[in-house]
Amino acid sequence: MNFVTPDFMPAMPEIFLLSMVCVIMIIDLFLKDESRGATYVLSLIALITTAFLSFSNYSEQSITTFNGSFILDPMASILKISICIIVVGVFIYAKDYLKDRNIYKGEYFTLGLFGVLGMMVMVSAGNFLTVYLGLELLSLSMYAMIAMQRDSIVASEAAMKYFILGAIASGMLLYGMSMVYGVTGSLDLATINKAVAGADRVVMSFGLVFIILGVAFKLGAVPFHMWMPDVYHGSPTSVTLYIASAPKIAAFAMMYRLLVDGLAGMHADWQMILIILSVLSMVFGNIIAIAQTNIKRMLAYSTISHVGFIIMGVVTGTQAGYGAAMFYAIVYAIMSVGAFGMIVLLSRAGYEAENIDDFKGLNQKSPWFAFVMMAIMFSMAGVPPFLGFWAKIAVLQEAVNSGLVWFAVVGVVTSVIGAFYYLRVIKVVYFDKPVDETPLQASMDIRLTLSFNGLAILAIGLYPTALIALCMSTFA
Amino acid sequence: MLTLTHFLVLGAIVFSISLAGVFINRKNIIILLMCVELMLLAVNTNFIAFSHFLNDTAGQVFVFFILTVAAAEAAIGLAILVVLFRNKRTINVEELDTLKG
Repeated sequence: MNFVTPDFMPAMPEIFLLSMVCVIMIIDLFLKDESRGATYVLSLIALITTAFLSFSNYSEQSITTFNGSFILDPMASILKISICIIVVGVFIYAKDYLKDRNIYKGEYFTLGLFGVLGMMVMVSAGNFLTVYLGLELLSLSMYAMIAMQRDSIVASEAAMKYFILGAIASGMLLYGMSMVYGVTGSLDLATINKAVAGADRVVMSFGLVFIILGVAFKLGAVPFHMWMPDVYHGSPTSVTLYIASAPKIAAFAMMYRLLVDGLAGMHADWQMILIILSVLSMVFGNIIAIAQTNIKRMLAYSTISHVGFIIMGVVTGTQAGYGAAMFYAIVYAIMSVGAFGMIVLLSRAGYEAENIDDFKGLNQKSPWFAFVMMAIMFSMAGVPPFLGFWAKIAVLQEAVNSGLVWFAVVGVVTSVIGAFYYLRVIKVVYFDKPVDETPLQASMDIRLTLSFNGLAILAIGLYPTALIALCMSTFA
Repeated sequence: MLTLTHFLVLGAIVFSISLAGVFINRKNIIILLMCVELMLLAVNTNFIAFSHFLNDTAGQVFVFFILTVAAAEAAIGLAILVVLFRNKRTINVEELDTLKG
């Protein structure tokens, strides 16, 4: 067997990020607590450069390297750039929150960057092995990040719950992969896709069910959503920010790679399972969210309903449907990072703005951030002209186009139910008297980033065609 | 003569034991961690059996990666367990009920 040196260029962003994380980890060892800002700045530089490298690496064709285990296609490039930009926002929001709670340590940033590396590997995976390694790199970093607040009972409990359930989900995913490997004789997704037609249907379906189970868990679709509310609630908000945003983009990519790149031949089989998952997620997510008083839990249930929509796009099985789902995943991450950013904005040392009541009278404290909160909530509810509306309509349109009209109707009805709890937050912000009169203490960089985030939701919402066209063109 | 089916049945039995362990056990988190490890071992059995009978080494390579990740996972799991025990003074599964709603 000859050894051929693989082409490293397509994986340049990942290689750069890996080297940077190692360098940052070592530099951080020699820093005193007061100069921790250097780690933070270096992490931001690493992320922005990685985003830039992914941008310059963009190619219209799909390039594979490392014997097919690494794919660079337009979808991978766009998702990598969005992941990097969103994590930049996460780090900026998290900085002051970490400082106030005495957990401003280098580990948050290095683990966060390792997680980004894991997501990028998942997004570019062309092989079961790369899917699994990317997934575990992301998951292990997230478990450790949650447990970082060592003196908090809720954080350690959330970490333990997430760890156990996450490990079981990985086990299921692997069991499914082993079955598919046994029938098709390959770990390579492209080879599997060719071998599906001649493979044993029973064993394939068996493997498929386990793979979907693992993917549904990572996405947080009902009935595998049990971990989400607890983990979102228990984690420090700085970590919830991270968990709730970029990993969902990576989970969408993982679903696409496994089910479409690898098992497209079994579309009829996985379509039915995914429809059930999606309907359950939209119904339960939206209904249970109404009963929540803790805003982090409410956003967790709202995430579950958004996941239902992302799955709806994939279910259609058309190129346009995948584009719509990808657009939805990116839009969701932008909205989610903004929503948790608002919680960070209102919190301060010794005070967590965790309950919906803590948002009372925000309009009197700061009309501008009340407006940003309104933009985020309207966008999540799917009110035009905000960004979330276009994401919802793109997915619903594709569902109707592929003949799943009843499915689109379920989506619309559950969205209307969901609008109730988003509007309740807006009502609290604008029409209630503030309970806590302390003015906002957040620093300038959080204020600027959050304003930018809110404006992006409005501005892209007013001119959505470019981003939609970009997502659609990746699958054409 | 051992056939592929024997190994697959073994894998399935071990996998079921580990799943049952996760859901039936209500006492001790360490047992949960053991069940998770057992689950990965069941998967490894599957991979090696397939790899042998398919004459394809890729499956065995996968097993090496799974073993490595399992070790890292166990390290993080036990570290979280220590943190949890320091805070709550218990590792009883039923007492992990601070978060609900």
